[in-house]
Amino acid sequence: MLMRSLFYLFAAMTIGSAAIAAFSRNIVHSAFALLGAFAGVAAIYTLLGADFVAMTQVFVYIGGILVLTLFAVMLTQGIADVTVSNRAVGRAPALAVTIAVGTAMAAAIARSPWPAAPAYVPAPTTYGIGNAFLGPYALPFEVASIVLLAALIGAVVIARPASSGEEDTP
Amino acid sequence: MQAWLDSLIARGDFGARPDAALAYGIAMAIACALVLALIALPFASIVTWVERRVWARIQSRVGPNRVGPQGFLQWLADGVKHVCKEDLAPEEADARLFKLAPWLVALGFFLPWAVMPFSSALILADLNVGILYLTAVTALTVVGVLMAGWASNNKWSLLGGIRSAAQIVSYEIPAGLSILPVVLMSGTLSMEGIIRAQGWAPQSWFLFANPFCVPAATILFISGLAENNRTPFDLPEAESELVAGFATEYTGMRYLLFYMAEWGNMFVSAAIVATLFLGGWRAPALSRSAVAMNTIEFAVFNLKVLTIVFVSMWVRGTLPRVRIDQMMALCWKYFVPIAFVDLLGTAGWVALWPDGNPIASWLLLACAAAGIVLFVRRVAIYARRSRMELRLRPTS
Repeated sequence: MLMRSLFYLFAAMTIGSAAIAAFSRNIVHSAFALLGAFAGVAAIYTLLGADFVAMTQVFVYIGGILVLTLFAVMLTQGIADVTVSNRAVGRAPALAVTIAVGTAMAAAIARSPWPAAPAYVPAPTTYGIGNAFLGPYALPFEVASIVLLAALIGAVVIARPASSGEEDTP
Repeated sequence: MQAWLDSLIARGDFGARPDAALAYGIAMAIACALVLALIALPFASIVTWVERRVWARIQSRVGPNRVGPQGFLQWLADGVKHVCKEDLAPEEADARLFKLAPWLVALGFFLPWAVMPFSSALILADLNVGILYLTAVTALTVVGVLMAGWASNNKWSLLGGIRSAAQIVSYEIPAGLSILPVVLMSGTLSMEGIIRAQGWAPQSWFLFANPFCVPAATILFISGLAENNRTPFDLPEAESELVAGFATEYTGMRYLLFYMAEWGNMFVSAAIVATLFLGGWRAPALSRSAVAMNTIEFAVFNLKVLTIVFVSMWVRGTLPRVRIDQMMALCWKYFVPIAFVDLLGTAGWVALWPDGNPIASWLLLACAAAGIVLFVRRVAIYARRSRMELRLRPTS
């Protein structure tokens, strides 16, 4: 009962914030509304017993991605004109895409078996996640790190000003 | 006092005992309110008076000494003054975000107290992911500061907010990296677990566990200063450049919330250093009674934390503000590489001596003690000399 009401509370918070992020005409409001969506998802992770994932969600999404998004939005030109929103595509294509995606998702939801609540008692997960990362999943973990490193280096190469000839070669 | 979240996680669901869950929730709510009302808020208020008196002493002034004995009630007077002020919002401001921002900052200040390890029993929630939680929830402060800076519709506020965000996001990286050596050595993320992995005696603190821990602790302390926007890193609210930074347009209670969070976060970041590197509440077993032991542990923890807070006041009274490029260079060109070396070095050390190396710990402790003795002697010599000069030439 308590868990269920908490779940609905956090789900409503997530969906409501996501709706503001999607529909707000003010791009800064959209960016700030992501805070509620990210925090709500973290709370749902906590309810599911995924303590480490929940904290990583807060750490990475709120502490990193949200702040960088806000930073980027605020440094963008024309921030005084805050009514800018994405209207590049008209309503009819948007409706078509929404219907297509919505039908696909509804079909997937209706067809999946949805297992009942697990019988086991959820335990702290950090230990298992750490062992999995450095044990059986060491190779995918390292590959992901290399992808991130490559992205970092690429960002530096792109962002760096090409002032003189010899600096052009990275 | 078992953690609410942990118990939810451990038991899965309260479905079988809804009354127990409700009673537990109410008890935890009261406990949270007690921690905030008895420790967090009094600290954040009284420390303003302490800090002003300490600066005054450093700058050869008297400081606030009118309200109450030695001006002790100054914080109360300031609080009443701010509550009585008119609650202004600029006409052109984004009213909703403007009003929400201080609460987000306050939330970023309140949440860390859930895992604050005051003693072996006095902790609201000994989360399995405690230290990760602590570093994650402080991010709310950044969002609040950015929101305040943007919603004020004021260039100073916006610049202050963006400076603050850049600073906090940058310094989170060396701070996070210097937490990792301790996690490596203790093998846990829980605050109590990290403290229990250390002993009460200084040579068993993680600070002296290996030669890489001293720089890691220093980086953590300095990053704490930067994340709290404290001098020498107070660029986001540099009075001479930005009026009051992101707080320029705020008055009364909302302004007070920002500064309460800023001063209160001194305790939080000092508590992180004390927990990770200085043995937290660990005290020698002087008494058999649990109540007496917890009292001693509470005193030991607060003594360590307040010592670090005093050092940060001292730094604030001594050092000038750095430039923004110096601040960024310090973070990215020095702290991040040093923190990586600390992490790798500690990993190697743990691989060589999984149970620690007592000889190295004693040597490091001896070095630290010698350094402190030399430092105190030097300070005493300068203090004597300046007192003599003041007597010889009182006007110069």
